[in-house]
Formats: sequence, C-alpha cells, structure tokens
Amino acid sequence: MEYILIFITAVFVNNIVLAQFLGICPFLGVSKSVPTALGMTGAVTFVMILATLVTFIIQKTLLDPLGIAFMQTITFILVIATLVQIVEIILKKAAPALYQALGVFLPLITTNCCVLGVAIMVIQKDYNLLQSLVFAASTAVGFGLALVIFAGIREQLAYARLPEALQGPAISLVAAGLLAMAFMGFSGIV
Amino acid sequence: MNNWKIFSNGLFKENPIFVLLLGMCPTLGVTTSAINGLGMGLATTFALLLSNAVISLASHLIPDKIRIPGYIVIIATAVTILDVGMAAYLPSLHAALGIFIPLIVVNCIVLGRAEAFASKNKPLLSLLDGLGMGLGFTLALTLLGSIREILGSGKLFNVALYDENLGILIFVLPPGAFIALGYLIAIINKIKKTL
Repeated sequence: MEYILIFITAVFVNNIVLAQFLGICPFLGVSKSVPTALGMTGAVTFVMILATLVTFIIQKTLLDPLGIAFMQTITFILVIATLVQIVEIILKKAAPALYQALGVFLPLITTNCCVLGVAIMVIQKDYNLLQSLVFAASTAVGFGLALVIFAGIREQLAYARLPEALQGPAISLVAAGLLAMAFMGFSGIV
Repeated sequence: MNNWKIFSNGLFKENPIFVLLLGMCPTLGVTTSAINGLGMGLATTFALLLSNAVISLASHLIPDKIRIPGYIVIIATAVTILDVGMAAYLPSLHAALGIFIPLIVVNCIVLGRAEAFASKNKPLLSLLDGLGMGLGFTLALTLLGSIREILGSGKLFNVALYDENLGILIFVLPPGAFIALGYLIAIINKIKKTL
C-alpha cells in the first residue's frame, strides 16, 4: 500500500515536471515528437534508478558515517556523470540496438536536474532503499507521462495558426501551463 | 566600452531566460514571489562569479579531454560553499529555495558560461561576464516573481497592493509559472519586433 501511495504521488500529484519544475530543459527540448520523447524517457528511467541506487548507498555508507554530508552535492554530481559515461560505454558494447535508440539522449542526462533532484530528495525524505527505488522509478514514469503527453500536444500545435510573438517557446510554455492545470486535478486523491 | 559590452551582453542581448531559454527549472520553480526570485538570482550570480573566476584561472591546468568533469567539480564546490553559507546566515531564504540551491550545479547557465567564456578569457573579463549573466538572470527571475506575486496574492515584495482575496490564485500555483513566463516571452518578442 505504502509503495502504491509513493507511486501515485510521484506520478500524478507531485509530478516531477509539472508540479516540481525539475527536468524542464528536456521537457521543452526533446518533446517535438512522441518517439523522441519515449527515447528520452527510456534513458532517464534507466539512469535515474541506477543513480538513486548508487548515491543512496554512498550516502549511507560513506557520507553519513564520516560526517561529511555537506559533500553531498559534489559527490552526487560526480557519481551521476560517471554513471552516465559507464552506461554509455556498456550499452555501446552490450546492446548496440538500445544504444542506437538512446544514444543522443544519454550525454544530456548529466545536466538533467531531475536525476540529481531525485537523488537528493530521497535522502531528504529519509526513505529506505526499497522506497527510494520505487520513488525513483515512479518519478521516471511521471516524467515520461508528462513528456509524452506534451509531445502529443506539440505535434498538434505545429499546425495551429498563431500570432507571431507567441510562436516557439512562448506557446509551448502556455500549453505546459494548461497541462499542469489538468494535473492539479489529481491533488485531492492522496 | 568593450567591458560594458561584455557586461550588458548577459543583461539584455543574450539574457539567459528570455533569449537563450537556459536554466528554466529554478526560473519556474522558485518565482512564487519577487523576493524568492531575487534571492535565487543573487545566489546563482554568486555561484557564477566564483566558478567563472576559478575556471578562468585554472583552465590551462585542466587537460582538454576531462575539462567538463573538471568544471563540474569546480562549480559543485562553489555551490556547496553557497549552500552551507546560506544555511548559516539566511536560513529562511535557504528553506524557501530548498532543493533548487544544490541544483544550481546542473543549471545550464553556469556550465554554459564556463565552457563558452571563462575557459577562454582572462579572470577579470570572466568575472564581468559572470556578473552580467547573473544579473540578467536575477532581473528575469525578479520580474517573473513580481508578476506572479502581484497577480496571485496582490502583493509586491510582501507589501500589500490590493485585497489578497481578489488575487488570481493560479498564478502562485505551478501552472501560473508556465503561463506567466509564456506570455512574458511573447510580450518581449513583440517589443523586440517593434523596436
């Protein structure tokens, strides 16, 4: 039950993109078509779960016992950057098809703030390891859901006739606002 | 004159938010009020100044192949100093900005200026560039924060302008951030066209 609650909260109520404003750059950047949105979601899900696992273990076995929790930011960002590199190298060798599909998106993930954000959030929320992993996976699903819906909207938006000043990022932001408003409807359910 | 150009570049011509659309997460996340926007802007400016100065001084020591991880470590150090300092001296602002303080590390503006400017220029010019970009970012955040605060809660910098109950609540909630910024960018596009 507890895990279902974490899942629903992370996907709908506190959606990482639309309610917490993390990962806006890929949300606006790679949401031009549904297939690219799915590719980005795959890469983010993969790295987010892995990064949360590794940073959680480092926090509990190194930073906390040594009393150097203030090194959190530096440690986590290095771990994430390294992980992304390792994942890229391994995928290239072991799963070339998957690498082809995710290829372009992988390097972008280092600077995707939702990965670092989730790693820090699970520590702040004092989750245990299993809760953290469920939270990371659910957040990734929430990210994917927002990205895919938004990509669908933008595919339609491309055909809309707009005033010149609103074209491009301006109308995307307004559309994202309306989508966020729709997601606010979930706020009562938990 | 040249110095002024470097400084004003970040303020207007290449404003990180309105023109380059970089660093959107804190822009949307913390601008529920003008004071939060101002605080976040100044915090980012500090991180930019420190990392730009250090990177500009150290860039010839860092091998080209590992320069990005090197820059990230320098930036993360600057952000950690900021995080610890703010927790000690400005605890309420630190609490209001929350997770967005450590996330300055992954703010594209900071790494972007390190790569595009600080690594190729002298420390003094890099500081000037950091100051211009940082203040441009601060300007944008304060403007967006003011608009949202005025429309949403009828206040500006916590000074009541009209009855709070008449405020349009949606503007201080997450959707309002997207909509306000979207129309702000549209207005700026329009002004640029007519100029």
